[in-house]
Amino acid sequence: MTVLHNVRPLGGQSADVRIEDGVIAEIGSGLGDDDSVDGRGAVLLPGLVDLHTHLREPGREDAETVESGTRAAAIGGFTAVHAMANTDPVADTAGVVEQVWRLGIEAGYADVRPVGAVTVGLEGRRLAELGAMADSAAQVRVFSDDGHCVSDAQLMRRALEYVKAFDGVVAQHAQEPRLTEGSQMHEGRLSGQLGLAGWPAVAEEAVIARDVLLAEHVGSRLHVCHVSTAGSVEILRWAKSRGIRVTAEVTPHHLLLTHDLAATYDPIYKVNPPLRGDADVAAVREALAEGIIDIVATDHAPHAMEDKECEWAAAAFGMLGLQTALSVVNETMVRPGLLDWEAVAQRMSAVPAQIGRVADHGRPIAVGEPANLTLFDPDAEWEVSAADMVSRSRNTPYAGMLLHGHVLGTWLRGRPTVLDGALVEYETV
Amino acid sequence: MRHLLSTTDLSQTDALSILDTARELAQVADRPVKKLPTLRGRTVVNLFFEDSTRTRISFEAAAKRLSADVINFSAKGSSLSKGESLKDTALTLQAMGADAVVIRHNASGAAHRLANSDWIHGAVINAGDGTHEHPTQALLDAYTMRDHLREGQGTLAGLNVVIVGDVLHSRVARSNVWLLDTLGANVTLVAPPTLLPVGVDTWPCQVSYDLDEAIVKADVVMMLRVQMERMNAAFFPSAREYSRRYGLDVPRMASLPDHALVMHPGPMNRGMEIAADVADSGRSVILDQVTNGVHVRMAVLYLLLGGQES
Repeated sequence: MTVLHNVRPLGGQSADVRIEDGVIAEIGSGLGDDDSVDGRGAVLLPGLVDLHTHLREPGREDAETVESGTRAAAIGGFTAVHAMANTDPVADTAGVVEQVWRLGIEAGYADVRPVGAVTVGLEGRRLAELGAMADSAAQVRVFSDDGHCVSDAQLMRRALEYVKAFDGVVAQHAQEPRLTEGSQMHEGRLSGQLGLAGWPAVAEEAVIARDVLLAEHVGSRLHVCHVSTAGSVEILRWAKSRGIRVTAEVTPHHLLLTHDLAATYDPIYKVNPPLRGDADVAAVREALAEGIIDIVATDHAPHAMEDKECEWAAAAFGMLGLQTALSVVNETMVRPGLLDWEAVAQRMSAVPAQIGRVADHGRPIAVGEPANLTLFDPDAEWEVSAADMVSRSRNTPYAGMLLHGHVLGTWLRGRPTVLDGALVEYETV
Repeated sequence: MRHLLSTTDLSQTDALSILDTARELAQVADRPVKKLPTLRGRTVVNLFFEDSTRTRISFEAAAKRLSADVINFSAKGSSLSKGESLKDTALTLQAMGADAVVIRHNASGAAHRLANSDWIHGAVINAGDGTHEHPTQALLDAYTMRDHLREGQGTLAGLNVVIVGDVLHSRVARSNVWLLDTLGANVTLVAPPTLLPVGVDTWPCQVSYDLDEAIVKADVVMMLRVQMERMNAAFFPSAREYSRRYGLDVPRMASLPDHALVMHPGPMNRGMEIAADVADSGRSVILDQVTNGVHVRMAVLYLLLGGQES
């Protein structure tokens, strides 16, 4: 039994919250208990849910493991993460998704929901056994070839149709492959000057436009990964106005950073889709505020040091995101007045849980609900340092930046994974 | 100036100082003994991840005329071909005590990366990085223009320079645009729209798709090498069509003003971007460019290394 004293559920009035047997047992004032946490008026949110995480296990345990990645998730306030399929071997069979799911249970820091590959080996040629993954113990509901686009229109149509049988969703990495061969950064004012091959906005927008039309045609659910351009926002706005069942995510880095950082030639800023221009950043922030973009997802992409300590073209795409996500959302959305905490809870917990069909996460903060909770002090200022990253990798683009907001505590079914801003170490789970 | 990575880093004063120094050092070439003791005991490493015999030997000649020790480190026959990283190569050179590293690399920004890491402490000279920049080429081009059209003095104010060809993939074009702008010249880029980068409208130059129109008032026409493999990527339909629309042939050369120079950074595709008769004509200063390359590289090494005590 734990009592969280003086916390503000969804940023509202101060209250005490009593947790018992993994659920919220009581919300009131003056609740007494020996085992209490002084919330100091911090914001209490439902545990965050990430729809887009790379945990790298199996295959690249030097960069991240399920355990190290879920520890990073916990310190960032997440209680559930969706592990992307681009592992080695690829998560395209029931066996691999069950392995990842079990590793998550063993680690115990966050619930791990494996994402299944859409096509065998992410090769875009034939469908993986989507039904077997859905029926497995991992109960996969999100399917994605993330890192690769399902660019074949017929295959995409079939995938969208097929997953209806088990209420699945296809999460598309929207990138027209021919338009982005060898691409290194956003195609614009700077790419030409820097001599880095461009990744044009149209390569994302053309695929999103096609996919929303396909989703409409077959009446399926579509999710769009890491939306990065103003044009994509306009297409999503149009699709939603027509009642097409499309949801979309934006990453914290696309809310904060721009392609100007590529001028350093430091591949810490190399990511796919690339960092875009100021107008794109403004558009995705606005779209997230409006709900045209439904959720924030981290695209947490750990990479070993040697894959970033090299020349730009040779470096891997991707950056860490779990540990800094809520602070970046605070910085870019809450502090400027674009979102309140209730809306943050929707976009970082409730809606991602709905899209991923994760039953026990993203629930309201109410008596009888599972005690998956995050306590966040929005005013604490901290300087991000690569050395302080809980991930096994160090590739944070925010090193040296001052961010507002710090996760003080995270509870997974009532059990603390983070207390006083530090991970709770468990000998055995 | 600690490194030479990009011509955007050069102020007009910096650029003129390099050109003036090069002009003084050029006199060494006329002496019976073409050597100065300036960099005796200093080590210059030519680190070439990409084949370029002409640039490498130009830097080698420049360093040797200043009495530096020169080490050539190329991808072939070294650990680079076994996949050693840029970082480890740089750490190795640092451990060997390189005072300057001249780097040619197929990745844009490689020189920048080397200079801004703590892998190496010596001066870094960019000898061509991917499709980004090739600053010493632009400096030798400016030197050649100044030598022929400005009596080797002052800036290039008012000079009309037309650069023709594959601007998209050309590090020579980029370095020239920034440097020539700094020196006061008016630059016009001429290329098919497919071979111009997005964002070129923000560069300090004019852009045209019509070579005939652009060359009428040119003081200098610089032809860029067009690689045949671009044809297969649909940048243009055929070599013949490219040559007809964007090649410098004899009739086009005739429409140039009398004093105008024809330049090419080499190696040339004769019959493609430049007709053989044009390359060999009296207007062509292509071999002067090669000669001046040594003077300019001597000046850069001298200014980056000469001021320091070893």
